Amino acid sequence: MLRLEARPQASRLMTWLSPLLAAVLTLAAGGVLFALLGKDPAEGLRLFLIAPLKDLYGLSELLLKATPLMLCATGLAIGFRANIWNIGAEGQFMLGAVGATGIALWAGESESALVLPGMLLGGALAGAAWAAIPAWLKTRFNANEILVSLMLVYVAQLLVSWLVFGPWKDPQGFNFPQTVMFADAALLPVLVDGTRLHLGLLFALAALVAAYVFMYRSHAGFRMRVAGEAPDAARYAGFSARRTIWTGLLCGGAAAGLAGMAEVAGPMGQLTDKLSLGYGFAAIIVAFVGRLHPLGIFLASLLMALLYIGGEQVQQYMNLPNSIALVFQGLLLFFLLGADVFIRYRLRFGSEAAGA
Amino acid sequence: MEGNLFTAVLFATVVAGTPLILTALGLLVNERAGVLNLGAEGMMAVGAVAAFATAHHSGSPWLGVLAGLVAGAAMALVFGFLAITLQANQVASGLALAICGVGLAAFVGKPYESLALPAVPPIRLPFIADIPLLGEALYNQQALVYASWALFWAVLYFLYRSRAGLVLRAVGESPAAAHAIGHPVVLIRYLAVAFGGAMAGVGGAFLSVFYTPMWVEGMVAGRGWIALALVVFATWRPLRVMLGAYLFGGVMVSQLFVQGAGLQIDFPSQFLSSLPYLATIVVLVAISRNPATIRLNSPLSLGKPYRPDA
Repeated sequence: MLRLEARPQASRLMTWLSPLLAAVLTLAAGGVLFALLGKDPAEGLRLFLIAPLKDLYGLSELLLKATPLMLCATGLAIGFRANIWNIGAEGQFMLGAVGATGIALWAGESESALVLPGMLLGGALAGAAWAAIPAWLKTRFNANEILVSLMLVYVAQLLVSWLVFGPWKDPQGFNFPQTVMFADAALLPVLVDGTRLHLGLLFALAALVAAYVFMYRSHAGFRMRVAGEAPDAARYAGFSARRTIWTGLLCGGAAAGLAGMAEVAGPMGQLTDKLSLGYGFAAIIVAFVGRLHPLGIFLASLLMALLYIGGEQVQQYMNLPNSIALVFQGLLLFFLLGADVFIRYRLRFGSEAAGA
Repeated sequence: MEGNLFTAVLFATVVAGTPLILTALGLLVNERAGVLNLGAEGMMAVGAVAAFATAHHSGSPWLGVLAGLVAGAAMALVFGFLAITLQANQVASGLALAICGVGLAAFVGKPYESLALPAVPPIRLPFIADIPLLGEALYNQQALVYASWALFWAVLYFLYRSRAGLVLRAVGESPAAAHAIGHPVVLIRYLAVAFGGAMAGVGGAFLSVFYTPMWVEGMVAGRGWIALALVVFATWRPLRVMLGAYLFGGVMVSQLFVQGAGLQIDFPSQFLSSLPYLATIVVLVAISRNPATIRLNSPLSLGKPYRPDA
């Protein structure tokens, strides 16, 4: 008989094997799902995993989709480390897009080199400001940051909708809910000719490095980690809980805001009400699958981006709704949480008495 | 406000509050057993799709409700396996359920998006439906509205008047003590989680089969999260859940109030739509200001995994 036996200490190896195990299980479940839907599982998995990577353009699209995921997840992971559950990155992403769009529209046809840095700052600040609301309500009134940050996602979506249907609507846009296309000075330069891959990827990589330095090489980062892993020790050492909350939420908000800026100044070139494909929520999964570590987040965001693109492929070639990508993403997180049991326990054969 | 307008507003408020009551009362029982399931939004979405699809194919709204109930409970059991048996982090597992449920509902529901169900006629209760002003609003409603009242009384009786309810509360306060005197903590927590999921599934079914007899991706629109906030707002007490749910129902139909008051101000519709979410934040702040309120009322072991040693 199989049973679980507690390990004397958590397994570091399993901490990193568990995401791999989860990925393999997700693929297996995906194959079963395709078979249940009456599609060829091998063909389905090929569309999901291989087809998107077959040429340079495919790779560039993968990195393009991974960019907002990487940025949002990097910011979220800083908070998650300290048990600050900001799950409103989706809203902070939208506010970042709104902040950047505001500056792009204000600059109009200006060709100044300051437009892009201004948008960058505007996006990050707007995202951080949106995250400051749950931070303030948590520190001042003890309000649960999960629910507050989540509620603000819906408010942010309605704000975007109001802007693009109302004051910011393109007068020549045939009544579509979208702003004018940004001027060239408000668009991020493309990194590789012939693709949509833009400078935002470098922001994301810079954010990963910055997050690594902050979490593992700075005292403030150390305080965040202690607050998450041993709250009592943090209290005893006199680390300010208030500062932990503010740091966690502001980092998450600024990074998500930056991602929103990179989306409107990158592939979209305008603000529309179909701004996000749920990047802010997917980033929660990325952060967990990436073990809240910058390197892990890099790899996990590539995997999640692959699932997004695979969803589009399957929609195109197999006539299945692209929301199948959401199912896969959810399964990935489920399997990860399940596989994590092996960090603390190991499988033993035989009965309890024989093992003891 | 004119009489028939008052009736209309009250009617709409009760309807809008009903999915919140169903879901929040389920979550309340769930949390009273010490398990925090943040996946309500996903369970409602899956319940709504399952109910819609079943009602569409079978032609019976009641089979639809049953399907919503079963689907919600099934989703909750997946969460239960992670959070109770494998002792995964309850916050993370609940988020996984919320994300996965919303995605699954979007996927399964895609072929049903352009369809509509026939509206189910309300059930008019004899005599009391003739009471002026109130009767038409309260007693000429969908059967599930009456069921939500019955659920309220059942939960009240179960928690405070039955032995089983006492055991459930003991499990939520001190699972170790409950285990020591021989209660099956794990089983009770599974049952509570399944009940929470089933009720969220019925809440979703109410949305897609009765409220607006159709399915659209995103139609749950945060009601699962609002229900979670309601349980905190109600400090884990059923009566306050009812009051809170109708309060939120009122906020959700606020455009009726605006018309009713004869206001000619041209609000952007998005402003009115954002009110339930803003109201949720406001009530959370109001109830959380005093840390003792939450600490004294929340089940002691809420969110903490428990593994019996032997």
